[in-house]
Amino acid sequence: MNRSRLNWSLLIGALLVSIFAVAAVISLFWTPYDVTGMNISARLKVPGDGYFLGTDHFGRDLLSMIMAGAQTSIAVAVIAVGIGMGLGVPLGLAAAGSRGWLDEVIMRGNDLAFAFPALVIAILITAVFGASAVNAIIAIGIFNIPVFARLTRGAALSLWSREFILAARVAGKGAARISVEHILPNIANLLIVQGTIQFSLGILAEAGLSYVGLGAQPPTPSWGRMLADSQTLVGLAPHLALVPGLAIILTVLGLNLLGDGLRDLLDPKLRMVRR
Amino acid sequence: MISYLTKRLASLFASLLVASIVIFTVIEVIPGDPAAYMLGMNARADTIAALRSELGLDGGVLERYLAWVGGMLVGDFGTSYTYRTPVADMIADRLWISLPLALYALCLTIVIAIPTGVFAASRRGQAGDYGIVGATQIGVAIPNFWFAMILILIFAIQLRWFSAGGFPGWEKGFWLSVKALTLPAIALALPQAAILTRVMRSSLIEVLGEDFMRTARAKGLTSWQTILHHGLRNALIPVLTIIGLQFAFLLAGGIIIEQVFALPGLGRLVFQSISQRDLIVVESVVMLLVFAVIMTNFLVDLAYAVVDPRLRVAR
Repeated sequence: MNRSRLNWSLLIGALLVSIFAVAAVISLFWTPYDVTGMNISARLKVPGDGYFLGTDHFGRDLLSMIMAGAQTSIAVAVIAVGIGMGLGVPLGLAAAGSRGWLDEVIMRGNDLAFAFPALVIAILITAVFGASAVNAIIAIGIFNIPVFARLTRGAALSLWSREFILAARVAGKGAARISVEHILPNIANLLIVQGTIQFSLGILAEAGLSYVGLGAQPPTPSWGRMLADSQTLVGLAPHLALVPGLAIILTVLGLNLLGDGLRDLLDPKLRMVRR
Repeated sequence: MISYLTKRLASLFASLLVASIVIFTVIEVIPGDPAAYMLGMNARADTIAALRSELGLDGGVLERYLAWVGGMLVGDFGTSYTYRTPVADMIADRLWISLPLALYALCLTIVIAIPTGVFAASRRGQAGDYGIVGATQIGVAIPNFWFAMILILIFAIQLRWFSAGGFPGWEKGFWLSVKALTLPAIALALPQAAILTRVMRSSLIEVLGEDFMRTARAKGLTSWQTILHHGLRNALIPVLTIIGLQFAFLLAGGIIIEQVFALPGLGRLVFQSISQRDLIVVESVVMLLVFAVIMTNFLVDLAYAVVDPRLRVAR
């Protein structure tokens, strides 16, 4: 019974994620209409009427904007997760490999980073360095570092007491080499699963920052900004809010399902771990 | 207990100290001189210098940091560059909206999530459980500001039950103000309720597998009695932690929701201050929010130690 349900998560998740990933890739060289092209005579068209998802108040095609927006969302989230993994995983490995004062310093720093409300600091960073997609990426990325550091340390610590690590130590390998050659491959699954979850949080965060005007700036298309633009028109043309909103929800839902499915596929033991 | 308390207090102060240094440093690296910015392009150098000293911008970095922290300790958050009023007063005004909003949303979160989570756990593997788990999957995927817009569309624009935004002020009547905060609180609470439902469900499922639950059933309690008297109490510990974290999140997350509903809370204050380069206000609000988060975590830890003596020795 369990098996069949897990595959559903993976299947639906992978399907939803690939739809948006493919849309983003296609938008690199083709969109149904020009993303920034305005056509006042065709403004506020409802979905269907010659425009699959309708048009906004400038007559821009929503489908084209959603496709190009997927590109922004995915790029921001991928780089943010990359920053988190790139810095968090080595920190976690170092903490677990060294114990002692280095471990203490890294973990206290981690606790502190968790204490900062991510959104507030993201706002602070964009306020200081200016609103742009790059700064949004940095702001979101910083908050992925402690997540990966803590996860890596916890998983690595439990591996350090295993026999095969002892064998590697007896063979004369140093802590750094053991971390890279033996610990890392064994926690890769865990990192991939957490990666998809952080990816979905990154998409939500990007949308939130863009919505308040601190993320991607015009003319870069962004789902969050589409929502902000639609706010005053929501009573007149609800599809302006529904379309980007559903794009966000389906992508995040897809990533979460994919994460659940992957976790069960890669490591059934972990099923209960996720909070 | 005493040694545990001392240790926790020491780490509380260390966290606050480092947090204040980080925030001060970030604000410090911002290019530009607030005094020059306030006085405009044609200001004379000596006027700018006079204003600088009036704002307390003279002196070394350490001196200014100590003045800032020292001031906050006695409730003096400095003077707004733009409005020339005490920052503490501005924050206090806004807090009267942001804090009730966060508490309102937290109450909604708890009221929705705990019964739902308990119900799902008690129906584990059945249709009701699958339905709830599926709903929470969608709940965590919904951006709260989008949900807020949809609430406005349905309940303010279509049904006209609520106003689409704004805040009348507490002096205009308690219930009127509560009503104005209702849609924002729902928008904030829904995704959080989805998270808390999951935590409640998995925590209770774990407890339901314990031996003492079987014993309770064996001594003749009904299944609901076992769940409520023995299961829930034990399952609430992880739930409490998440509630603590969520309160902090709701306080900070309110910033975006306040934008959607045009509520004059801390969020509006922050965005306004950013656009006016009124950095002392930004600095103080951020410090206040970080303080609230660190303090909440501290209190949750203490509550733990009181509830569960085993945790006093840990760490």
